[in-house]
Amino acid sequence: MSARDKTISDDAISLSEKGHRQVIQVNIVRLVIYVLLGLLAIVSLIPFAMMIINATRTNGEILQGFTLIPSNALMENYDILISYVDVWRGFLNSLMIAVLVTLLNSYFSALTAFAFWAYNFKGKTFIFGFSLLLMMVPGQLSMLGQYELASNLGILNTYWPLILPAIAAPFTVFFFRQYLYTSMPYSIVEAARIDGARDLLIFHRIVLPVLKPAIATQGIFTFIGSWNNYMGPLIMIRTPSKFTLPVMMGALSGSPVANNLGAMYLGIAISVVPIMIAFMFFSKNIISSISSGAVK
Amino acid sequence: MLRQRKLQPYAFIAPFLIVFLIFNIYPIFLTFYFSLTNYSGMGGIDNATFIGLDNYRRLITDGYFYKSILNTIIIWVGGFAVQLLIALGLALVFSDIQLKLKGLGFFRTLFYLPNIVTVASVSILFSLILDWNYGSLNQLLMQIGILNQPINWLNNPAYAQGSVSVINTWMWFGQTFIILYAGIAGIDNDLLEASFIDGANWWQRFRYITLPQIKPIMLYVMITSLIGGLQMFELPQLLTDGTGSPQGSLRTIVLYLYNQSFLYNNFGYGSTIAYGLFFITVIFSIIIFKTMYADQVKEGERR
Repeated sequence: MSARDKTISDDAISLSEKGHRQVIQVNIVRLVIYVLLGLLAIVSLIPFAMMIINATRTNGEILQGFTLIPSNALMENYDILISYVDVWRGFLNSLMIAVLVTLLNSYFSALTAFAFWAYNFKGKTFIFGFSLLLMMVPGQLSMLGQYELASNLGILNTYWPLILPAIAAPFTVFFFRQYLYTSMPYSIVEAARIDGARDLLIFHRIVLPVLKPAIATQGIFTFIGSWNNYMGPLIMIRTPSKFTLPVMMGALSGSPVANNLGAMYLGIAISVVPIMIAFMFFSKNIISSISSGAVK
Repeated sequence: MLRQRKLQPYAFIAPFLIVFLIFNIYPIFLTFYFSLTNYSGMGGIDNATFIGLDNYRRLITDGYFYKSILNTIIIWVGGFAVQLLIALGLALVFSDIQLKLKGLGFFRTLFYLPNIVTVASVSILFSLILDWNYGSLNQLLMQIGILNQPINWLNNPAYAQGSVSVINTWMWFGQTFIILYAGIAGIDNDLLEASFIDGANWWQRFRYITLPQIKPIMLYVMITSLIGGLQMFELPQLLTDGTGSPQGSLRTIVLYLYNQSFLYNNFGYGSTIAYGLFFITVIFSIIIFKTMYADQVKEGERR
């Protein structure tokens, strides 16, 4: 073996050693990151864990300290909760409002987007631009006026002021219109017209089916938004039996239920767990639409 | 036939337009009119007196209003800074080509979970967890030995504001992570490859490629977070039974607006606060926009 060969093989060894060291280094970094991710996951989940575990424990047990082991007072807590607050009623109220809001929002936004996409008409640009501009205005600006309006129309303490405004959702209109521009050839509408189809029929039979994915995406967010809305029903609704779930939760701490922490935790759990389960089913759609919304 | 087609689009946008005018535009003007009166919120606006700009004069000298702005900003900045750091860190490690981390889908779902939950429920949950004596947080921290004695989280202004910032971070870092990750994943691969060939290290790649590339997305995240943050209401209201205590440190702008309007029957002044909030939102959005793009404007001038 010549001297030259020797240095080359030395180089080769040191190179592979360097590579080896780098691999170990990356592995260590990766391990540290996984540990940190695990900690972050625990932090994300611990409040929910406290909620669920404490929902199964008696007031006395909760006062004594926290433990990860569930107890057996779930039914007892449920009876206490139900005797003061009709959570399921709140659940149904919220569900009904959210479903109606989502349906109205989707249908009328699609119809409006269709008009903006398919026709040229006087005032089109102005109306579209103006409604987009007002999208930037915080809801608080119209809130007190809406309260007065509802009061004048005699629809205070009903669900109308929570449901009807869903018909006019500029953001959804904007989103659907963009969707139509990118995924619907105008020639289809023209062909249908020549075949003598009326425009409303074209909308129902051709445009709505094309919009389906966009409606699903936007619909999830509309539903969640309505389901989580606190201030609207807080202002508009007075009768406790008409309370939505968030308002009911807000009223919980001032109710006799507050004397039993286990029942309190259970009430919160009932308001939270169903939406968490629903989220597990839709999480892929939700996350991908958040991602795509950002990149646009 | 032709005429029918001409009217058609108006028929289609009519429901949108009518509802928009009645439930959006009209109330905005109505609120503005309230702000020029001493309306109590009861018995109809006809019984109120027109007082011109008095409410606005009161607003710009109202110490409580400025305090509420300061509270809101402190809570938002604290929550946003931490949230952004965590989210950016997560987005960077998950998009790193060398690390090849697994479980992106799992962690994204998990970290987004707190965001999906009703804020009202979250607020009540934390009011229980943060309780001084019987809250699970103090109990847990004392059991593990991190604390010797319970901390009264919601009784000291700094702790109370910090707690709300942390809860906000907890609720939003997942969403910010998803958005930033999408932004980083969208960066042109050629740019990154070129930087590898040029021998750029990790920090240089982050500083000169990733960061400038995701700037528009950071701006989007910041402005949407700011607009949401300025409207913070549920947490401070439900954590404090509406009082905004301790020492008014949790009295945010919208909590102040709500209390003036519905607790003290001061609809006129409440409306003025609403317009004040709108003004602040616009100002802050412009400031963020300008600072984020200040260097680009300068570059443009040089050219």
